[in-house]
Amino acid sequence: MSRGKPITRRSFLKATAAFTAASMLPLKLVDVCWGKEGEKFTFGVISDSHLTHIKGTKFVNNFDKGLQQAVAETGLMWPQPDFIVFGGDLAQLGKKEELDHGLEMLSKIEVPIKFVIGEHDFYLDMGRYWEEKVSKLYYSFDHKGVHFVVLNSILTYEDWIKRWRTPEERMLQMARLDNPQGSPFMVGLEQINWLKTDLSKASHDTPIIVLSHSPLYKVFKPWNFWTDDAEVVQGLLRPFKKVTVLHGHVHQILYNQIENISFQAWMSTAWPWPYPVSYNQKLNMVPKMTVFMNRADPFHERDATGWSQVTLEAGRVSQHFDLWENTSRTIAYDEKAGHFVDSQYQDPSKRIPPQMHY
Amino acid sequence: MRYKVILCISMILILAASLIPGLRADEFKEEDLKKWQDAFMVVVIEGERLFHSALGTNSVSCDMCHPNASNTHPETYPKFQKQIGSVATLRDMINWCIENPLEGEPMELGDPKMIALEAYITWERRGVPLDPGKH
Repeated sequence: MSRGKPITRRSFLKATAAFTAASMLPLKLVDVCWGKEGEKFTFGVISDSHLTHIKGTKFVNNFDKGLQQAVAETGLMWPQPDFIVFGGDLAQLGKKEELDHGLEMLSKIEVPIKFVIGEHDFYLDMGRYWEEKVSKLYYSFDHKGVHFVVLNSILTYEDWIKRWRTPEERMLQMARLDNPQGSPFMVGLEQINWLKTDLSKASHDTPIIVLSHSPLYKVFKPWNFWTDDAEVVQGLLRPFKKVTVLHGHVHQILYNQIENISFQAWMSTAWPWPYPVSYNQKLNMVPKMTVFMNRADPFHERDATGWSQVTLEAGRVSQHFDLWENTSRTIAYDEKAGHFVDSQYQDPSKRIPPQMHY
Repeated sequence: MRYKVILCISMILILAASLIPGLRADEFKEEDLKKWQDAFMVVVIEGERLFHSALGTNSVSCDMCHPNASNTHPETYPKFQKQIGSVATLRDMINWCIENPLEGEPMELGDPKMIALEAYITWERRGVPLDPGKH
């Protein structure tokens, strides 16, 4: 409620509802984050909603509910976050119906939204509708002393793109995670050149946050938990003192540290993916430091899904996952350890049986 | 007399048949093994197709939560399924998924499609030791 505006019944009810809801949320969710430029601030993250059109006006109810719940709960954050990041894969098959449906749900968010594109949004029309209606595919912005870079990391090789008879076939092939005929993601030369120029304007002391859909390191190629030219991007980020890459796509808690770069994933609002360690036919490179999220209980529809809030303090990230139907988790950068650490379970003796994936 | 002739011919035929190597139950060759493996793989491939298809009413498919059939743990069945409070088989759980996230009708437990799904799921888990009852 801004000063000078009359208090109406509607604005009073809205503020009261927000206050009541905020008082019921875990303390961490109502972390006070106002401050001077360059100080602590918070943004919310909603990702991988995979809204799926069935026919006519029918969508998969389960996935609709996930996004609706995330939108409602981020709306109750008090104080409101500076902005919301949408981490990609708003749609399942890139259809206009799905993107429009998602945008309508997201329109209830009252703070700015920074969009990252995912492969499910892209491969039907190669991102045209997204660019027209949603956002640029890659861009950067500065916020309270932090330089943010949004990349389109889900590009792939031209010969693969041209292999398919129709856009629908191309989209379906890319939508299948375990597709033996899939193609690895990449950032590509055009963006790498753009990134070089973009980063050349920032001093090496500036905290850098990169937002991408796929992880900008290599975890598991068969499921495209992978970016082919990740090392080139990492090389451009190497001179900076504080660098964090936050990404979607993997639908799970996942974090890593490669030299100066800290990596962390976002949760999906739709469904969790298994950890690659649970597919025993192929080798994986799942980071050892990650304490896995609890194994999902399929009888609880929203288990192992959720949203997160990212708090930035002195250029370092702390991510709090609000896990519906499960215990919340906070994973924050630890200056002493030099990487992300889970607030509760990092010590192997503290781990619990549901975190065992096989 | 006629009866005896028929009996005699039948005996000779049975004896002759038992001498043909291909009909012996206890002997098979490399090509037989390949033939049977191929016949199994036809069902695995059909199972893979079904696993990646909409088996219910809402266009959701099994692979969306279980890429390469991971996190299905076929080696642990039958087991006490805590959510339903009794010992369940893998096929029971396949049907549970068809009925709930896929919003479809359950299959007969002996339906060829069910067998194909089971063949694919276990094939993707080959080499893992049996561990019945493990949660």
